[in-house]
Amino acid sequence: MGRIQLEKVSKSFGDVEVIPPLDLTIEDGEFAVFVGPSGCGKSTLLRLIAGLEDTTSGKVLIDDADVTQVSPSKRGLSMVFQTYALYPHMTVRKNIAFPMRMAGLSEDEQEKRIMAAAESLNLTDYLDRKPGQLSGGQRQRVAIGRAIVRDPKAFLFDEPLSNLDAALRVGMRIEITEMHARMKTTMIYVTHDQVEAMTMADKIVVLQAGVIEQVGSPLELYSAPKNLFVAGFIGSPKMNFIEGDEASKHNAKTVGIRPEHIDVVESGGAWTGTVGVAEHLGSDTFFHVHDTGLAETLTVRALGNVALNHGDTISLSPRVNEMHRFDDQGLRIA
Amino acid sequence: MAIVAQSSKYGRVSRATLAWVVGLLFFFPIFWMVLTSFKTDADAVKPEYLLFFQPTLENYLNMTENYDYWRFARNSVITAVFATIFALAVGIPCAYAMAFNPSRATKDVLMWMLSTKMLPAAAVLYPMTFLTKSMGLFDTHFLIIVVLMLINLPIVIWMLFTYFKEIPKEIIEAGQMDGVNTWGEIREILIPLAWGGIASTALLCFIFCWNEAYWTVRLTTTEAATLSKLIEGNRAPEGLFFGRLSAVSTAAVGPIVVLGWFCQKQLVQGLTFGAVK
Repeated sequence: MGRIQLEKVSKSFGDVEVIPPLDLTIEDGEFAVFVGPSGCGKSTLLRLIAGLEDTTSGKVLIDDADVTQVSPSKRGLSMVFQTYALYPHMTVRKNIAFPMRMAGLSEDEQEKRIMAAAESLNLTDYLDRKPGQLSGGQRQRVAIGRAIVRDPKAFLFDEPLSNLDAALRVGMRIEITEMHARMKTTMIYVTHDQVEAMTMADKIVVLQAGVIEQVGSPLELYSAPKNLFVAGFIGSPKMNFIEGDEASKHNAKTVGIRPEHIDVVESGGAWTGTVGVAEHLGSDTFFHVHDTGLAETLTVRALGNVALNHGDTISLSPRVNEMHRFDDQGLRIA
Repeated sequence: MAIVAQSSKYGRVSRATLAWVVGLLFFFPIFWMVLTSFKTDADAVKPEYLLFFQPTLENYLNMTENYDYWRFARNSVITAVFATIFALAVGIPCAYAMAFNPSRATKDVLMWMLSTKMLPAAAVLYPMTFLTKSMGLFDTHFLIIVVLMLINLPIVIWMLFTYFKEIPKEIIEAGQMDGVNTWGEIREILIPLAWGGIASTALLCFIFCWNEAYWTVRLTTTEAATLSKLIEGNRAPEGLFFGRLSAVSTAAVGPIVVLGWFCQKQLVQGLTFGAVK
């Protein structure tokens, strides 16, 4: 079991309130991702759940038990840190065994779990090495191994992949997602990378300046962002925002349209512009279009290879029913 | 690196010369002391025997037979060892708390600790003597151990604090997440990781305790008297017993010089305050 609830939890450092009181529930077995720009308080929120920071007010509940005053060591949670935080003086085996040794598990049980974890994480050959002799990806695996063997109520991941190179990041992302599907343990994952959030989460919590902007499944956030911030943050490339006459036509202060919802047509499209940069990826083509009279740059995503280049005139047809409308407060108009 | 590579030969030679001059300057008194310790008291003051003389072990034999050198040495070892152990026992948890759970007052506390070293010892000589005598602690090992521990505690805590600061906070936090209590964290994670720093702190503290003379001379008579007291006891105003004094001094600083020699690397690391990782 691992149901985590935050009730009116707030955090201040001195006079600075980094997290105003907020409520949040993460259900047992859920994969929740906290996402937001750096400095939005997502790591602080995770550390409040872990107990590594004291709450300024409010309650943290794990399986309905109030753990607000309980030390991190007694909350039954495991954490994987951005910097891995392995014990450099211990071998991989001892690193993984450490939480079990502290919990007083028998040697046999320890060995059994070490071997199981090492096997699932491809670490069997490295058990007698020290962390300093491992690559970044291997170190992160050890950190995950150390978290798994405790059999925790929930896993907390604090930007675990941001120190890895791009290729490794994608691989680890899939491994962690598979691990969650297999173990069905609650996971809370902090990242500033919205792609990670979209691909891994059951539930995304979008944060800005310590405030929860929206909570929902990846597709809910994609198709119905509550406000301009979420609309701009979720989705890659970013949603285009258009103000002025075009927005007024749709009875909104701002309209947003995602690059994939603008079709490139031969001629006669509603919008025309000049191609500034064309990024030909093979599978897709991204156009950064200027001189549309709508916004400084419109980003357009076309499937496959479209043979237009810098300086060419491009005709565009937006899918009006995919447009998002926002009022002058920046909130979504239903 | 490029700048170092380009430094002129002249610069290197002058730096080396300067280092040798300074080194010899520091070494000379020790050399002189050792040399004098092998002269008779009479020879020690005669200019014609400055460098060439009939060496004698008389001073050393005299010292062990008549002055009970070994008792003073034993007291020095006991007080320095226990004072160092207690200073670490207090200093490690203290530096741990300040390094990993700092509060707004941490900086002030550190400064305040250091400020206690600014108080002239003589200012508290009378109350210390009076108090220790009335409490029946005068001339006891216990008193000397406590005094040595207390006067070295600020530097011990400062050094340990600097070392502990170099350990990433996440490693300590990982320990907390892994279910370790505070003592477990200190024992299992902090001490093994900061071992080099703790060892050089201990070594420096031991040396300071061994060499301390102000309080060990004034708060002891016979029972807890250390080697500092033995040297002081052989001091004569006219310098009539230079040979004897030199022998006692050599025997007093000998052990610590040998210890320092063997632990040179540790010691240098300790004094550069963790600049060497």
